[in-house]
Amino acid sequence: MSVLVVGTLRAIFAYLAFKGAGSLNWAFLTQTPKPVGEPGGGMANALIGSVMILGIASLFGVPIGIGAGVYLAEFGRNKLGQLVRFTADVLNGVPSIVIGLVAYGLVVVQQHHFSAFAGGVALAIMMVPTVARATEEMLLLVPHSVREAAFGLGIPQWRTTLSITLPTARAGIITGVMLAFARVAGETAPLLFTAFGNQFWSFSANQPIAALPLQIFAYAISPFDEWHRQAWAGALMLVILIVGTTALVRFVFLRRMLEGSR
Amino acid sequence: MGAAPEKHIPSSGKDSAEQSSREGPAKSMDRSGSSGLTLVTGANNSGAWKRSIFNLDFGFRGLMLLAALAILVIVALIIEQLLQLSAPAWHKFGIHFFFGSDWNPVSGEFGALPFVFGTIVSSLIALVIAVPLAVAVAVFVTEMCPKPLRKPISFATELLAAIPSVIYGLWAIFVLVPLLRVYVDPWLMRYFSWTGLFVGPAYGIGMLAAGVVMAIMIIPIISSITREVLSVVPQHQREAALALGATRWEMIRVGVLRNARAGIVGAVILGLGRALGETMAVSMVIGNRPEIVKSLLAPGYTMASVIANEFAEATDDLYLSALMEIGLALFLVTIIVNVLAGLMVWTVTRGTPRAHVQ
Repeated sequence: MSVLVVGTLRAIFAYLAFKGAGSLNWAFLTQTPKPVGEPGGGMANALIGSVMILGIASLFGVPIGIGAGVYLAEFGRNKLGQLVRFTADVLNGVPSIVIGLVAYGLVVVQQHHFSAFAGGVALAIMMVPTVARATEEMLLLVPHSVREAAFGLGIPQWRTTLSITLPTARAGIITGVMLAFARVAGETAPLLFTAFGNQFWSFSANQPIAALPLQIFAYAISPFDEWHRQAWAGALMLVILIVGTTALVRFVFLRRMLEGSR
Repeated sequence: MGAAPEKHIPSSGKDSAEQSSREGPAKSMDRSGSSGLTLVTGANNSGAWKRSIFNLDFGFRGLMLLAALAILVIVALIIEQLLQLSAPAWHKFGIHFFFGSDWNPVSGEFGALPFVFGTIVSSLIALVIAVPLAVAVAVFVTEMCPKPLRKPISFATELLAAIPSVIYGLWAIFVLVPLLRVYVDPWLMRYFSWTGLFVGPAYGIGMLAAGVVMAIMIIPIISSITREVLSVVPQHQREAALALGATRWEMIRVGVLRNARAGIVGAVILGLGRALGETMAVSMVIGNRPEIVKSLLAPGYTMASVIANEFAEATDDLYLSALMEIGLALFLVTIIVNVLAGLMVWTVTRGTPRAHVQ
């Protein structure tokens, strides 16, 4: 039965590569969508849009996540810490479409328009629990003797955490951030009614913007062959980006790190 | 964040610690030894340390506390927004919202039963397909797999989890659905239509397709948690079974699976939680028809799909509010399921360290 499972994975990948490779060309990467029926056009605006949305999301999500992780690891051996941990797990399990609804209510309704900012907020909410848990786990892996040595030298706790503990755990925290990033990069549902999608170039954080997963979704459910072709190309790019990052992080850095710390 | 503020308050313990560190290691061991111990035990915050209002430790801790509280604030905001925006629909329809089977945005009648039905049925199909496969993979990897194969298989399974949902949907539309339509559905209809579950035109698109895609998506989660749970079963259980004369399969069944039962159930429920919230892949292959039909080959609609498809086009406030209420219901159900699952897995793996970041 495992052969079935692994075989399915290989089949999906192979088919994706096969279908997508043919359509992935320079025009795809640099042009905006053409009107239906015209050949050519690309997803360049979606690529830029994804980068912008993910940038905004990281701007909000990563500091809050790391801060929460530091609190949980360094100061969080109490009831509040337990509550925050539990809540972070709950937040992790909330369906992404519900988070999209919340971002709609919080940002889109207040601003009266869709925007890349709203999409970024939605994805940031999704990044926070992952980054926080990863940071906490990595900080807990730093041996307490390192901290005690610092305290023994008279370094205050804030300085210890910033200059000694965090840099020691730096590799692990970065991998946690990358994993969270890879996870939200593929999310479509929260962007459906926050970033909303856009056929044209947009570089403003206050307007609707295209995103790669959104564009793939729109093209996939359309009845046009040309768009299907482009959807496959976009999917190939997305998969290479996300699965590549995840594989790299999990099985190169983490293995090496954990083996080294034992 | 410089040293300047502290110099004005000579009695602060932290300040004496800084001074002593400047004096050299020998002397600093004396004076800062005590402040170091205080910080390490954390039991009492010595008065001198706390007296300074420029105390950076306090500020740093406060900042980190703010970040941690942000998580609580986010969840509170989620609940508040969902409640606030779904209030109009709740006032108009009450609890009968979830028992009416008429979803008619044009006439303003909103009954969510088709979506509840669709969510439950598609999740059930997914579980029925995924659980045997996932548990089999987990058992294979932990018990029977030759060492060199272990890493590639678990690697491949975890990669399945990393693939975004839209891509599963894309693959499902163009590969899975034709497969179902041409080969599987007619076969099911020929041999099993007496059950009433496999009748109707073979669209390919429908509940079964959604269930299969969902199954592929939740296999990695169920499998990885089951693997964790199985690895915690003490080795002497396996040895005891073998010593009593059990065959390999019996040893696994009695010694390992039975012990890990609660954890496996927890893993299954966790997979269910993920399946419930699955939006994109399901929206692409379920057919989007808000009707309750017995046949599994018929199109259906799930709670997450209706929000994804109709939210951007909801014309009036009541429509939007009805969709929000569905979102609220989805949120509550997912939380309950996830908490339940977490409790079950925790009771089995309690105290054992996790080998890798989630």
